[in-house]
Amino acid sequence: MSTEQLDEKLDDVSEFDYDDAGFAPGHRACSGCGPALVARHVVEEAGENTIVVNPTGCMEVVSSPFPESAWGVSWIHNVFANAPGVASGIEAAYRSFSRQGREEFEDHEDVNFIVFAGDGATFDIGMRSLSGMFERGHDVLYVCYDNEAYMNTGVQRSGSTPPGAHTTTTPSGAYSTGEDSPKKDMPAIAAAHGVEYVATASISDPIDFRKKVSAGLEIDGPAYVQVLSPCPVGWGFDAEETIDLGELAVETGVYPIYEMENGEVTDVKTVRDRKPIEEYLERQDRFSHLFDGEEGEETIETIQAEIDAQAEALDIDG
Amino acid sequence: MTREIIKGTDAVAKAVVGADPDVVSAYPITPQTGIVEGIADLAADGHYNGEFLRIDSEFNAASSVIGASAAGARTFTATSSNGLKLMSEPLFTAAGMRLPLVLAVANRSISAPLSIWNDHTDTMAERDSGLIQLYAEDVQEAVDNTLIAFRVAEELKLPVMSNLDGFVLTHVQEPVDVPEPEPVEEFLPPYEPEQTLDPSEPKTMGAYARPEHWTEAKYVPHEVLLRAGDAIERATAEFEEVFGRSYGDAGGLVDTYRLDDADVALLTLGSLAGTAKDAVDRAREDGIRVGVVRPRVFRPFPGEALREVLGGVEAVGVLEKAISPGSGGPLSMELKSELYNLPDRPLVRDFVIGLAGRDITVEDVVGIADELYVDADVSPHEFAPDEEEVWPQLREEILPEEVSH
Ligand SMILES: Cc1ncc(C[n+]2csc(CCOP(=O)(O)OP(=O)(O)O)c2C)c(N)n1
Ligand code: SF4
Repeated sequence: MSTEQLDEKLDDVSEFDYDDAGFAPGHRACSGCGPALVARHVVEEAGENTIVVNPTGCMEVVSSPFPESAWGVSWIHNVFANAPGVASGIEAAYRSFSRQGREEFEDHEDVNFIVFAGDGATFDIGMRSLSGMFERGHDVLYVCYDNEAYMNTGVQRSGSTPPGAHTTTTPSGAYSTGEDSPKKDMPAIAAAHGVEYVATASISDPIDFRKKVSAGLEIDGPAYVQVLSPCPVGWGFDAEETIDLGELAVETGVYPIYEMENGEVTDVKTVRDRKPIEEYLERQDRFSHLFDGEEGEETIETIQAEIDAQAEALDIDG
Repeated sequence: MTREIIKGTDAVAKAVVGADPDVVSAYPITPQTGIVEGIADLAADGHYNGEFLRIDSEFNAASSVIGASAAGARTFTATSSNGLKLMSEPLFTAAGMRLPLVLAVANRSISAPLSIWNDHTDTMAERDSGLIQLYAEDVQEAVDNTLIAFRVAEELKLPVMSNLDGFVLTHVQEPVDVPEPEPVEEFLPPYEPEQTLDPSEPKTMGAYARPEHWTEAKYVPHEVLLRAGDAIERATAEFEEVFGRSYGDAGGLVDTYRLDDADVALLTLGSLAGTAKDAVDRAREDGIRVGVVRPRVFRPFPGEALREVLGGVEAVGVLEKAISPGSGGPLSMELKSELYNLPDRPLVRDFVIGLAGRDITVEDVVGIADELYVDADVSPHEFAPDEEEVWPQLREEILPEEVSH
């Protein structure tokens, strides 16, 4: 990149009014960590009148090693499976305080209650907790930073791991081409609960992501935003490529970007000249085995066919 | 004060609402269900102003009261048996995070085999969670312990479990003094939390601790729990001042009955003490000098109070509604470890009895007192360890061959 190009990029970035106050640098995330970017954007967008609940996972561990904390807003971690349950209680407490007219909480009428959780905590172990929170209608924005595996415990598969991916529990080998079940459709599951606002995003487009955070916070009730957050360690790419990979996921259609309101898809990011999935797969170690032989080739074809079907269903091709 | 003939669960529900919690979150399970329903009824009639979460599971009941407590709310939940197991993971964090919350447990056995009846296998398995554990002998005490639990939890910043025996106390109707709002407010003023998630003073709660800090983080609640006896004694004394009901001569930690001149003692938790007290009256008619010791608190373990009250007896029979498979009854294990270093320790025998609601009659307990009396002359050093544990109600005839031969 030339200096001019870099300056241009930085000009774009300065649009965000960069501010460390909510999620400070110096946390222990790996360089190039997608989820850490998500954390910063979420709290910057929400502002200081915010309480974040974070289940166990990479982001909890890297941000809160006692006695240090990267969090400039109020933040709580309890266990892996229960962030929505904890958030339900916090939100109910504030509702109770205001119902009782407790003066000391008068300023906090519009606190932002946010769960910031990995895909493992969301798609798998915390699903019951999340379902209950949705059903009861707590005013909580749930942000799932989707890095498509359990990174904190060393890259095991989750319900979000895409087909064909090698993880430590879906290793590729003579008889295996990696993960063999489809990625769980969490946004649809959220929408099926009657959640008013559901959206997907990619960290490669922070402006879009932050708009969605803001939209979710405005809803008077639960909202769900799922953001693709590439992980250089778990996916196997160089730290400076995080944004590129996020962008490629959108450009190949493997990670469609859309909004749902009251169960209906209302806005889809169209992709002109959708790129073949190989361009995305070949840049990540987790898919490298797919380029080794016939079976891998078949898997790639299947993946491509599924993306095409999904693109048609969502009317992505612009 | 209004005296009502009232069912145990309804009485506890009234006590909870009287304590005016900001958030109640609970999930039904027999025999606790009546408490949740009672609170729901009171809320439906406009007697409860806080939030009542009809939650999806005990796991999230515990999780949500943890969240609410961190936000600065007075909180309550209730459960039994398998529900307590489902709460166990989040509950273990509550003491480490110094979160006061009150949990009523209607004690019930744990599957398998499935049983809904009373024993203490549910709460004994949570003894290392860092929760204070109170046990009630009758419905009145379950009501009073509910209020004492809030007081102690909030003073010590520790979670408190208030136990009442399933069915034996939850489903009986007893005459109960249901506390009126004014004295409750005097005894339990509005909760003023020290640290909350207040967004205007940001805090990090429940952080990740590495080995150089974790030990200390565990030591603190352990120490506070060890010293919690004072706070429980104080709360019990102040409770007596406000409500006129007294709990035990040993500062509210241990209740005793006809122990002063006793040669042998029966030690038990909860409602079984009532049966034991009747049995003691009966046995004394036959010249057997026996008394009852009832710890009101199992965590912190009231070791000092027990050493004091058991100082004069030759033998203690622990009537125990729990078993730690592969070892023995948890209550007698704890008692033995408290007495071990004493030069003149009494013989301790463990009677595993009343599991999963098997009826315990006064005659059963008189029989145990008789047996103890005979043993009383035997020094603990002479007694064969494998004879210390007895299962008086075991039906040998229905055991499978592999254990009966
Ligand atoms: C009950 C329980 N099971 C398992 C774990 C181990 N564990 C901690 S974090 C984690 C994975 C987290 O994955 P995810 O939610 O996707 O977040 P990430 O680490 O990728 O940020 C696992 C399996 C745990 N802490 N608790
Ligand atoms: S392993 Fe991945 S998700 Fe975890 S801190 Fe490193 S880059 Fe971020």
